[in-house]
Amino acid sequence: MSAPGAKDSILRVRHLTMRFGGLVAIDNLSFEAGRNDITALIGPNGAGKTTVFNCITGFYKPTEGMIQMTHGDGREYLLERLDDHVIARQARVARTFQNIRLFGGMTVLENLMVAQHNPLVHASRFAIAGLLGLSGFKKAEREAVERSKHWLEKIQLIDRADDPAADLPYGAQRRLEIARAMCMQPLLLCLDEPAAGLNPRESDQLNQLLLDIRKEEGIAILLIEHDMSVVMEISDHIAVLDYGVKISDGTPDFVRSDPHVIAAYLGVEDEEVA
Amino acid sequence: MAQSATSLSARLPEALKDAAIAAFISLALFAFIVGIRTVDDPGKLLLQPRPWLLAGAVGAVFVGRLLLNLFFWGGTHTQSAFAPLLAPLGRTFEKASPWLTPALVAFAVTLPFLPFTDRYILDVAIMVMTYIMLGWGLNVVVGLAGLLDLGYVAFYAVGAYSYALVATHFGLSFWVALPLAGLLAALWGIILGFPVLRLRGDYLAIVTLAFGEIIRIVLINWYSLTNGPDGITRIPRPTFFGLELTRRGEPSFHEFFGIPYSPMNRIIFLFYIILVLALITNFITTRLRRLPLGRAWEALREDEIACRSLGINTRNTKLSAFAIGAMFGGFAGSFFATRQGFISPESFTFIESAIILAIVVLGGMGSQIGVVIAAIVMIGGFELFRELEQYRMLMFGLAMVLIMIWRPRGLITSREPSVYLKERKAVSGELVQEGKG
Amino acid sequence: MEYFVQQLINGLTLGAIYGLIAIGYTMVYGIIGMINFAHGDIFMVGAFIALIMFIFLLSIGLTFVPLALLIVLIISMAFTSVWGWTVERVAYRPLRESFRLAPLITAIGMSIVLQNFVQITQGARVKPLQPLITGGFEVMERDGFVVNLSYMQILIIVLTVVLMCVFTLIISRTSLGRAQRACEQDRVMAALSGVNVDRTISLTFVMGAALAAVAGVMYLLYYGVIDFYIGFIAGIKAFTAAVLGGIGSLPGAMLGGMIIGLIEVFWSAYFTIEYKDVAAFSMLALVLIFMPSGLLGRPEVEKV
Repeated sequence: MSAPGAKDSILRVRHLTMRFGGLVAIDNLSFEAGRNDITALIGPNGAGKTTVFNCITGFYKPTEGMIQMTHGDGREYLLERLDDHVIARQARVARTFQNIRLFGGMTVLENLMVAQHNPLVHASRFAIAGLLGLSGFKKAEREAVERSKHWLEKIQLIDRADDPAADLPYGAQRRLEIARAMCMQPLLLCLDEPAAGLNPRESDQLNQLLLDIRKEEGIAILLIEHDMSVVMEISDHIAVLDYGVKISDGTPDFVRSDPHVIAAYLGVEDEEVA
Repeated sequence: MAQSATSLSARLPEALKDAAIAAFISLALFAFIVGIRTVDDPGKLLLQPRPWLLAGAVGAVFVGRLLLNLFFWGGTHTQSAFAPLLAPLGRTFEKASPWLTPALVAFAVTLPFLPFTDRYILDVAIMVMTYIMLGWGLNVVVGLAGLLDLGYVAFYAVGAYSYALVATHFGLSFWVALPLAGLLAALWGIILGFPVLRLRGDYLAIVTLAFGEIIRIVLINWYSLTNGPDGITRIPRPTFFGLELTRRGEPSFHEFFGIPYSPMNRIIFLFYIILVLALITNFITTRLRRLPLGRAWEALREDEIACRSLGINTRNTKLSAFAIGAMFGGFAGSFFATRQGFISPESFTFIESAIILAIVVLGGMGSQIGVVIAAIVMIGGFELFRELEQYRMLMFGLAMVLIMIWRPRGLITSREPSVYLKERKAVSGELVQEGKG
Repeated sequence: MEYFVQQLINGLTLGAIYGLIAIGYTMVYGIIGMINFAHGDIFMVGAFIALIMFIFLLSIGLTFVPLALLIVLIISMAFTSVWGWTVERVAYRPLRESFRLAPLITAIGMSIVLQNFVQITQGARVKPLQPLITGGFEVMERDGFVVNLSYMQILIIVLTVVLMCVFTLIISRTSLGRAQRACEQDRVMAALSGVNVDRTISLTFVMGAALAAVAGVMYLLYYGVIDFYIGFIAGIKAFTAAVLGGIGSLPGAMLGGMIIGLIEVFWSAYFTIEYKDVAAFSMLALVLIFMPSGLLGRPEVEKV
């Protein structure tokens, strides 16, 4: 197990507890995500992984605990105190969803433009400069389109930029959602089961994309995943959850051989641990 | 349609049976309401049986249903026969919209000088334009942001009363009061919008309806300010750069330009005012759609949670839609007040909200040209039945029901992307969400 | 104190009428998730059928009030149900799996149609009915102020309570009630497990219309005048009641109706009668903002 606080962490989750009425979804969970690491959160179905995500991204207010985000320049954000959109905008945490949430009736390009809403609104001086067609806004918009193009090329969807997002095949929608999150220029990218429903080839592409993102953008990735080929291959660090409690935490090799993890998985889906 | 090959005679027994059932049901429906009329007699009510009317109504249902069964429905009547007729019509409009828009604008601009135009036609045109403007304003809220507002008439009322009050009390001219009324309406949009933003769907609809009614009740009862149900009279008319368009204006339009006085001048002037106001509304809305704010409205309609995850402040985004929609309603209200010269709470009932919403939904949510077509059809059509005073509201309601059943997404369903890389491809209406707010 | 008790009685009576209409809204909203905007006008049609039937019975010399009332109730419930059924069949069923706004627009359209249809066929004038049930108890008296509990009010409250019990039993004990609850949960699964969804929804509309008809009869007897427009305001208030009680909950609708009735009566009695509707509507807004699931409704958890 890595000693907490010893390395440079972008996200520190401390004593996080979430109760829904009488149900304890997360119980006193602590873990950290390294600044340039891919951290995986794994565990059987219903272990509370998505709830952790919802607490980090502000969709749920945790019952107890602290979620601390530290930027590279030392600025700190206590995420449990912020609204979801503030977490996305200021703390610069982006996320995807387990059941893809694209803007289906808008085109692929529009989806990526919406992700750049805040800088664009600012450049459009809250629509006034935009209405008048001032050049500052036009420049900002061109840059936003360029960034969108960059990501569309990365996810091989540049040819479908003008098609509605809902028309894309499933795997492409997953990639588009990641690209949309990246267009926010986040420092922490939270992916909720990005490999769910992908075929082996798409799954490999996803691994490559995530490794690329970490290498080129230098950001941290936190992911929930069931697909062990993804988790074991790309993660630097894995935290294992069962019934809302952390049962293991460490490198992939450590977690793989941890008897607690094997015990937790054996009863459920033992082949996933292999 | 597949069964239309079967011969009429083979279908006849089935059709007769179905028509008989329909006739029987209509007999149950109409037995009291149509078959017997209550007549006032001093002190009490008398009943007046109307068996022939009842028989006629039931017979009409029987014959109508029989004919529909035999000639239109071809055995199955789950899908109406008229829907396939309306779909190509919608597509035609969609295809035609690149040239239809300039053609309509050109027609509107020249309308006052076309040979067949008389005062009546111009009056109707002014009314249609007012509803087009209201429709465009509500389209921001309902069509783009996906927030269901059933109390839009409240902002129309705020605009009308704002202008009427500042004009009659402080003598402000229409052109000064207009922006003021728009701002006040926008402010009310924010005040009313703020508490209800967390509500979704039908709840939002019913609360906005309640707000609309509250404003109307306040207008009726706040006698000292609004003059209650008697309304405000002698609201000043708009001037043309200070020139009055009346016979004895000081200074007057016709004397300044050395032309003979005609009451038509004023009507034409009013028509151009509403035309310009409406075109401004359209310009701002279409422009906003291509800006980040408008894109955020549409994203909000598509998926609010995704918006929040992308750092969009959904509360402010919703409020901006409410405020801008309300502002256009306020402008239209001021125009209404200055055109009528008289306003009372009577003009701002729920039915107005329903009509404006119907125009937006029937036209196809989010579609600017759809609003124009729906306003022309509904308001113009409504005028056609002017002779049948009491039947026309009935026809209006029936039209709302039938058009919705035939084309639930409205006439123009496709959505125009706000930005594109290579080519602008319309998004099929099937994919566009309607919003849950 | 006496004044207060009197207003309490009046408020509960009015609340019972709202509650009966509210049940129709709450059942329909529960099962197909739409505001049946025309429901208030169904109530109005019920009141008109009752009016015509009453005058008819009186004109043929049937002056024994309990019998006349029974006949009127049965006839009005039966014929109003046909209206409720027809509205669903014509305007809502074709749009059931469609766009969410479409049925709302057809519902508003149906409301306009019903109002204007009755206006055309029966005239726009206010229709009076002579008082049939008069008299009552003096509950208490002090300083010359008498608190009255009229037979009319007793009838309304007792009838409402009885109907409430009957309908709660139907929902909780019969197969129809089970089918309704199944459709509320998941219409597709209900259909797969053999529930006739179309029939269940139709019956829900029929039940709602029948209760609205009872409310119509009571309104007619209580106020003595009706017109084609009574459905609109009563409808909004009843919907408010349904929301207040928690949409989908039958006891909630009744409770909400009582609260709205009390608010309206007390507001009129102690503040201004002009603003009684404002009080009711403000209540609606406040409840929805601070307690969106109502008093007895199930809270809705946002799924991310």
